[in-house]
Amino acid sequence: MSALFGLLRKEAYHILRDRRTLAVLIFMPVVQVMLFGFSIRTDVRDVRLVIVDPTPDATTLEIRNRFAAGGVFRIVGVSRTEEPLEPLFRTDSAQVGLVFEAGFGRHLAAGDPAQLLVITDATEPNTGTSRQFYVSAVIQQYESDLALRSGAVRITPQVRSRFNPTRESTNLFVPGLMAMVLTIIAALMTALSLTREKETGTMEALLVSPLRPWQIIVGKVAPYLAIGFLATLAVLLVARVVFRVPMEGSLVLLLGEGTLFILVALSLGILVSARTSSQRVAMLAAMMGTMLPTQMLSGFIFPLESMPRPLQWISIIVPARWFVFIARGIMLKGVGLAYLWRETLVLAAMTLVLLVASVRSFRVRLQ
Amino acid sequence: MTSSGDDRAIRTNGLTRTFGAFTAVDHITFDVKPGEVFGFLGANGAGKTTAIRMLTGLLTPSSGEAWVAGHDVYRESELIKRDIGYMSQRFSLYDDLTVRENIRLYGGIYDLTRDQIRDRTERILSRLGLSDTAHDAVGALPLGWKQKLALSVALLHEPRIVFLDEPTSGVDPITRRQFWELIYEAAHAGTTVLVTTHYMDEAEYCDRISIMVAGRIAALGSPAELKRDAGASSIDEVFVRLVRPELAGGGGPAQ
Repeated sequence: MSALFGLLRKEAYHILRDRRTLAVLIFMPVVQVMLFGFSIRTDVRDVRLVIVDPTPDATTLEIRNRFAAGGVFRIVGVSRTEEPLEPLFRTDSAQVGLVFEAGFGRHLAAGDPAQLLVITDATEPNTGTSRQFYVSAVIQQYESDLALRSGAVRITPQVRSRFNPTRESTNLFVPGLMAMVLTIIAALMTALSLTREKETGTMEALLVSPLRPWQIIVGKVAPYLAIGFLATLAVLLVARVVFRVPMEGSLVLLLGEGTLFILVALSLGILVSARTSSQRVAMLAAMMGTMLPTQMLSGFIFPLESMPRPLQWISIIVPARWFVFIARGIMLKGVGLAYLWRETLVLAAMTLVLLVASVRSFRVRLQ
Repeated sequence: MTSSGDDRAIRTNGLTRTFGAFTAVDHITFDVKPGEVFGFLGANGAGKTTAIRMLTGLLTPSSGEAWVAGHDVYRESELIKRDIGYMSQRFSLYDDLTVRENIRLYGGIYDLTRDQIRDRTERILSRLGLSDTAHDAVGALPLGWKQKLALSVALLHEPRIVFLDEPTSGVDPITRRQFWELIYEAAHAGTTVLVTTHYMDEAEYCDRISIMVAGRIAALGSPAELKRDAGASSIDEVFVRLVRPELAGGGGPAQ
């Protein structure tokens, strides 16, 4: 066992002394979360809203308060007439205008239709549409609350379902990002560190020693298991602190599934290294064979449902697809093993098959 | 029938390895006595490294028999690994670890105790004059020092047999001499040494040599015997005659 401990210590030295790689490994997850979180988001926040309210009363004030309180809108101006709207739009000071008709509150109280005009800056059509959607969501929420209070029926039932007060796209990408980071650390780094030993000839020195193949493998990959685990925690921490991504389900379960996924990625890394003899080839093979499928076919960036059928079938053998599904379920829906046992079983089976295959391929190389 | 039956360090009988249609090592039969310095000579691709890889358990033979330290290479490769040291033609230490850390790593791999590792580390450092650089990364050492250190590390667990695969390639003549002094020290201490080389002057340092040509052993004996049998003045000449018979007459006076 002291031999194995020596190997682990040696691998830790390799990692700790390669400062640049270590820095990349540590900061990459954090930088990725930040990048994805801030720049690649499709949702709506901090929308500049101008309100035109000719006859302010309790009703319109409450609606205005709801817009102010939601966190999505920032009220940049309130006016009694429509005149200020045009210049505000032109200078981009306003992105959405909300125009109450005169006597809005009175009409509503009387049970008459109350008119409300929503004007959106549509220079970016997609964003404009999303903003419109958010505005109507706030209005519909108000309508439904009013209906509950007064018992009046004036609400169509399909309205309130999709309103998502948190940043939905951030929540969705974090599980995929975890899969991505773990693939890079576990698969790519493992493949690189194993082929480096082949390149330098130190692998032969290990193979002629009394070390068993499993000891060599464990000695090589265990440190990356640890780093992968830390990276998972880093991603979760940043997602939680900076973007307030929810953790509805069990953190322990998520970390357990994460470990399962790290093992899958480590096995893939060993498999790649068993079939390549230079770091350059290993790097390419790991990128094509593990990172690309993780990025494209896991549902991380592109929804699986909208893919052509053949790609959907291929995605079945991509471990990240199952992990992303599980992680989203745990983090966003708060479901547990009772619901996720099938996906977990698939992931566990993949882990087992790939681990056995990678240890075997390592043995075959001895021949 | 397959028992080693004697105290010879290495014994092979018709040892063969094929890769597809190519026969890398073709029925080689030889044995090495304990404490002997046995040289493997041959051109690149003659099968030296393949032979060593079979004897060290890195490669399974296709046919034939071989025993290393009395253990069968087919069935007892795990026992062989405890009794041998190995230094590959490529450098086998870790560049980013210090001298001390490399020694400690291999000491741990070969199950030495903490005290053994400490004592032998000091012995190696003072023998090689590396005490002042013990905490430097091995990558910063000159190649000759690295090779001497690699040999010392291969001998760290005091193996019965040490395999050295072209240990001196790329090293200057002075360092090669010092390297061979280390080899002799090990042999005097009772370690059997099997060394491959393509430096003909080094062949003269060996107790016995075998010259491999196209996977076969073309000549086997002490340097003096081989020169006498071939009527040659140097091993270099013996070698060229065996490897390139058509060239043998061209260079020197006609035989």
